Amino acid sequence: MKHLLSTADLSKEEAVGLLDTAAQMAATQSREIKKLPTLRGRTVVNLFFEDSTRTRISFETAAKRLSADVINFSAKGSSVSKGESLKDTALTLHAMGADAVVVRHWASGAPYQLAHAGWLDAAVLNAGDGMHMHPTQALLDAYTIRRHLAARGSGLAGDGGDGVGADLSGLRVAIVGDVLHSRVARANVALLRTLGAEVTLVAPPTLVPVGVGAWPCRTSYDLDATLDEWRPDAVMMLRVQRERMSGGSGSFFPSPLEYSRYYGLDARRLARLADHAIVMHPGPMNRGLEISAEAADSDKAVIVEQVANGIAVRMAALYLLMAGDSSAEGNDL
Amino acid sequence: MSSGPALPADSDPDGTTVLGASDVARALTRIAHEIVERARGVDDLVLLGIPTRGVTLARRLAERLAQIDPAFDVDARVGELDVTMYRDDLRRQPTRAVGVTRLPAAGIENRTVVLVDDVLFSGRTIRAALDALGDLGRPRAVRLACLVDRGHREVPIRPDFVGKNLPTAQNERVRVRLAEVDDVADAVVIAGRDDAAGKESAR
Amino acid sequence: MSTDPTTYVLRGARPLDGDAVDVVLADGVVTEITAAGTATVQGATVVDAVDHVLLPGLVDLHTHLREPGREDAETVASGTRAAAVGGFTAVHAMANTSPVADTAGVVEQVHRLGEQAGWADVHPVGAVTVGLDGVRLAELGAMADSAARVRVFSDDGKCVHDPVLMRRALEYVKAFDGVVAQHAQEPRLTEGAQMNEGVVSSQVGLTGWPAVAEEAIIARDVLLAEHVGSRLHVCHLSTAGSVEIIRWAKSRGIDVTAEVTPHHLVLTDELARTYDPTFKVNPPLRTAADVEAVRQGLADGTIDIVATDHAPHTREDKDCEWGAAAFGMTGLETALSVVQQTMVDTGRLTWADVARVLSANPARIGRVEATQGRPIAVGEPANLTLVDPAATRTVDGAEQATASGNTPFRGRELPGRVVATFLRGRATVLDGAPVDAHVVGAR
Repeated sequence: MKHLLSTADLSKEEAVGLLDTAAQMAATQSREIKKLPTLRGRTVVNLFFEDSTRTRISFETAAKRLSADVINFSAKGSSVSKGESLKDTALTLHAMGADAVVVRHWASGAPYQLAHAGWLDAAVLNAGDGMHMHPTQALLDAYTIRRHLAARGSGLAGDGGDGVGADLSGLRVAIVGDVLHSRVARANVALLRTLGAEVTLVAPPTLVPVGVGAWPCRTSYDLDATLDEWRPDAVMMLRVQRERMSGGSGSFFPSPLEYSRYYGLDARRLARLADHAIVMHPGPMNRGLEISAEAADSDKAVIVEQVANGIAVRMAALYLLMAGDSSAEGNDL
Repeated sequence: MSSGPALPADSDPDGTTVLGASDVARALTRIAHEIVERARGVDDLVLLGIPTRGVTLARRLAERLAQIDPAFDVDARVGELDVTMYRDDLRRQPTRAVGVTRLPAAGIENRTVVLVDDVLFSGRTIRAALDALGDLGRPRAVRLACLVDRGHREVPIRPDFVGKNLPTAQNERVRVRLAEVDDVADAVVIAGRDDAAGKESAR
Repeated sequence: MSTDPTTYVLRGARPLDGDAVDVVLADGVVTEITAAGTATVQGATVVDAVDHVLLPGLVDLHTHLREPGREDAETVASGTRAAAVGGFTAVHAMANTSPVADTAGVVEQVHRLGEQAGWADVHPVGAVTVGLDGVRLAELGAMADSAARVRVFSDDGKCVHDPVLMRRALEYVKAFDGVVAQHAQEPRLTEGAQMNEGVVSSQVGLTGWPAVAEEAIIARDVLLAEHVGSRLHVCHLSTAGSVEIIRWAKSRGIDVTAEVTPHHLVLTDELARTYDPTFKVNPPLRTAADVEAVRQGLADGTIDIVATDHAPHTREDKDCEWGAAAFGMTGLETALSVVQQTMVDTGRLTWADVARVLSANPARIGRVEATQGRPIAVGEPANLTLVDPAATRTVDGAEQATASGNTPFRGRELPGRVVATFLRGRATVLDGAPVDAHVVGAR
């Protein structure tokens, strides 16, 4: 594995290997001394063309826990004002000797271009690109699901704690909200499917992409029916962006109130979840819109834990991409 | 490091067996007695095996310690120490899977920790193990036990307990086979006298 | 306009893939067509044309020459030189230049630059609305009356989406036998659109450009054309639904013509998975089913012409994120090969059909049929293209005559090679290479 660009590129073995490595990384994070010398002398550049303090801090923490040097490079620019070109930025990072580039970009595919255009020979980690992919988010979600629910699935391979070695077969995950614009949803559908879980997307029809029929999952417009009849083991709520509900003919639903009424996870729907079910959210949450305070703060919510797991998963990704000799043959997980 | 868990066990079927099953058993029994003698008892002893075969050897040593002194609780005194993330040769190799580190229930703080590995070669694995151990706690003392010392040290590390000193050429490969891991009778096999590739694999 | 004093004998050429003959060109016209190997003309230059297909010079109804305004991407001279290399003897230069070709002054400038360059006839297309802003009709009559004699009007790059404005334009150009060439793209349905909306866009996370945004405009416009009794030309039709609508309109007797680009005949939206902006084009590459539908439409005559939509762009506009990149791809130098590969070599069109869709029909739609798209016959203007259909080549953007490198066929092997192009009896291309020294004003 030279880059981490899309969860669709991961085989089941690679995905389980990543989660298992994350489990070992997580184990080191409960120690008094959390820092490992593994990536000493290597440089990770956090290249952010779009603000995301949470993701950047998570990657920065992960890299520092592995003793890598971290350089934060903010190359903010919108599609209107391009700012420094992707190519020039890549050539700059190449000249600076970056070993890995963590890239967040507003344009779908920008990390893919960085990895393949020949401007740069560093490992590229996609930290979210446009509406396309957010692989480490999906991996931390899968890690969180496995930790809580692997014992309920049929894919438990070993007797290790926290589901180490297991995939997610037999588990059901509902992903609820703005699927159309969501890289988190795309990344999760591909990864959860690879790991053997079943996925149902739940959204108003306006927020489901044309072409979703080719995705390896079910689609529903009815959250209540999905919760009652399909009985998901995990419910993942997606953030609804403010601009999607601005008035006028371009908005995707009539009003925030109507959205909450049909697609929000509130106390009433929370109560209908199975006892073992968990509630997830990639953050930041719009409390009162897609998720109510009762749901967000309930015992079923693992939202804060997702953040902690994000560090372990990103440590695992950095380790697997950076620690070995990338030119060595058979450099798979 | 010593043997390589990365290499398939059947890669050198024509190697010379230098220790048989009974030799291995005798060596472990002797090491167990030496450990007890050196520590003047088993009270503060914990064993940490270095994966993969070091873990098995640590377990066998612990069982012998329990035979010597039944007060020694095998389950509470044996752990495993993965040194992957402390290695200095990560960039020379394909990415290694990170193994499990499991400290014994008795802990390592103020204990006498005996590191157990199968083959002592360059000493770099043990160097990594000492670093890893330092991040986990502060034992009163750290000792090193190995089944085979084949020489060619690259760092100033010396074993406290050795099953067998085995003079070898740099390019030879020394392989330890253990019933629990390899599904064959215990043996120490030396191979690759004419095998140039052995040089790399042994590092 | 200059003609070459040289007399040419095209030895053993097969007009429209027919029987081998010798074709003699002199004084700008075809002077003799005689049995192969029999023509003997004193002092003539003999071109070995054995096994080569002779076509009327190709006519492109849809070319972006970028001058004035974006001479860093293409100039009239470089673009028409590329056209000649591709076998074209006439091109229609689209109006979305800077300034926009919405006045007699600009169209005359482009026309004059074309004459000076001398590589191919340049027929400027006039903008339908001032500044392509879709609000106010440009001075269509003034452009028609100008030295450029504009007959094709288009806001290409933008859609004339206001139905009232479109109706007025359709009606108004009837006064001088003009035609409105519509870039069919409903703007609200395509806000922020990056690629075809479908399975691939849903997976790669790029905003979709739905087929319906094209089809809805075409449906409206054929009905408008019927209502006001005007002729309508539909640019770069790209979807199966659009083919159906055109087929229906023609069956009702509506005076509509339609074009397809070479790239829509072969490339699909799967290429967006590479995120290589070379494949970003408007209208976007569609699905394999759409490709099959436009091939069928071209084969059965529903689609009248192939036009390149040659859209050169600088490296800065393509060496960037897909979302930030410009739409468009070059096409003049690969068009004939793509048509050969997709339509001729598959048995769906004959070379005579190729002459129809790449020469006669576009000349007729653009009202330049007096000089271009003529039959190959004695006395006709010697606007001719000689093709070696057995040759193959691997496309390399850097080796092309166009000033821009954004060819989507880079690295692909394509069949066919233009051996020679003659503009009024003068060779603009010989042995597959542009004849620079002979051309007035060429670089």
